[in-house]
Amino acid sequence: MLLTKEQALARSTHSVGGPNETFVLNLGPQHPATHGVLRVKLTMDGEFIQRAEPVCGYIHRMHEKMGENRNYSQFLPNTSRLDYLSAMQYTHAWVGVVEKACKIEVPERAEYIRVITSELNRIASHLVGWGAWVMDLGGFTPILYAFDDREKILDLLEGICGARLTFCYYRFGGVVNDVDAAFLQGTKDFVPYMRERMKMYKKLVTGNIILRKRIEGIGMISQDMCRRYGACGPVLRGSGIQHDVRRAEPYSIYHKFDYEIPVYHECDSMARYLVRMDEIEQSLRIIEQALATFPEGPFVNPKVPKFVKVPAGDYTYATEAARGRFMVRLVADGSDTPYRVKLRTPCLANLSLFEEACAGMLLPDALAFMGSLDLVIPDIDR
Amino acid sequence: MSSSPTAEQLHAEFAALYPPAPVAEKPAPAPEPAPVAPAATPDASGAPVAPAPKPAAPKAPVGPILQTEPPFGATAVDFAARGFHLDLSIPAADVVSVAERLYRHEFSLDTMTGVDWMKLNQMEVVYDFVHFTTNLHVVVRCRVPRDNPELATISSVFQGALWHERETHDFFGIRFLGHPNLVPFLLPEDATYHPLRKDFAGASD
Repeated sequence: MLLTKEQALARSTHSVGGPNETFVLNLGPQHPATHGVLRVKLTMDGEFIQRAEPVCGYIHRMHEKMGENRNYSQFLPNTSRLDYLSAMQYTHAWVGVVEKACKIEVPERAEYIRVITSELNRIASHLVGWGAWVMDLGGFTPILYAFDDREKILDLLEGICGARLTFCYYRFGGVVNDVDAAFLQGTKDFVPYMRERMKMYKKLVTGNIILRKRIEGIGMISQDMCRRYGACGPVLRGSGIQHDVRRAEPYSIYHKFDYEIPVYHECDSMARYLVRMDEIEQSLRIIEQALATFPEGPFVNPKVPKFVKVPAGDYTYATEAARGRFMVRLVADGSDTPYRVKLRTPCLANLSLFEEACAGMLLPDALAFMGSLDLVIPDIDR
Repeated sequence: MSSSPTAEQLHAEFAALYPPAPVAEKPAPAPEPAPVAPAATPDASGAPVAPAPKPAAPKAPVGPILQTEPPFGATAVDFAARGFHLDLSIPAADVVSVAERLYRHEFSLDTMTGVDWMKLNQMEVVYDFVHFTTNLHVVVRCRVPRDNPELATISSVFQGALWHERETHDFFGIRFLGHPNLVPFLLPEDATYHPLRKDFAGASD
């Protein structure tokens, strides 16, 4: 049940300590429900939250400073360590901004490989987000299924780039290794397999009455709030705004594929849940189409110099990562080192609305709501 | 109060407010060698002191972007080349009114950050706004003096700026006047240094 702040405060006058007694509850930085080192300072009135103030920076690594003292290729591995669950899209933004600034052409085969691996990575990321969230809500089984499926994706990606988590597979002008027949066949087999699993997930979790009671109507985020905080990704699309960077600011070759942007208008946590589940299906559709028209040719542009020098100017490049819009703002001075790198990360924007959305909420509901934001803390702290 | 502007409408609106300055950025490299030679001649001839009013000559060879000071104005930008649609340079005094205008047009605050232009003794604050239905990406920038970097907060319009401004204050020491809680966001709570300033030498404590 959703209470307004006023209703909640009116109710809380029945709490033990009288109408105005509050206490501070420290959630985290080591807390299983925050999935990393996020601390939330909660001012509680009984079981109701008066104020929830996230405290960030526990895993701050100053990636933006690191960007200023290494050259363009050396910074590439950094970008896969922000949101480690969707590293492909993050490295894509970095190679994308440099390719845009230097006007480097990318062979078609490389773009196809990027799309396929990015979408596989998105599915893997949504599986973790989904499993971990359901586990927060008390259902332990689903995460085991989710990790089983994710394992299949990680095996495929490991086969082509060697990494299982912090992929650093893309290069300026292409990708580092060509894909082999085993990867293509494995991905082809994975699509129908995952579709079957999605049916099972729907039966097992989506329709579950306990889950629905926990997340329906919880954590309302209005469209106006999305705009004021810059919410993005499934959070935005769960609030009825059909905005996806792949469509809005087309990059790579996403315009070649036929896919939908799932959108739900309920504005609650359940809507965000359903957006993610639908996005898995849409990613499978993109992979299927990309495999059907997968071209021959080079996998990397051979003319790209080893040490890239970017012409002076400032450039932005955004990609749709699993959690939303990831944008790199690059200010270059013409040398081989960036002058300024700004990393706009989706989780920071999505968490920044937590305080406003949480006021007056019950604590267990706030944790269910936090799960619906699908946070990755290193992405916030950078 | 049109809620979903096209790129042209938006450009026209802001170009009326901040007309693009005439192109005058090209002849910058020419005057560089000139002031050095005359400085020696008055000494040798013993002529009465003729103070040459040339205190600021560009010294170190830096990239062209570091020397140009973009004038106020609204410029339409090629999205394919740069990644955004409208580039708007405004005086620092106007940030709140421009933010309000963009909010009325249903823009969303994407992010904001700073850039340290140490050679020009300036700090630049860059705001990114995106529109969810027309997909416009507008960049708003303004420059403040580097020795006293402060400007008004836009967190009363876009609450997302509460965190972005704290982060920008962390990294650059830019103060946002009127911000309710300008304490370190990502840096340690007792941090007194600003690591993205170009003269940052390391946190010594």
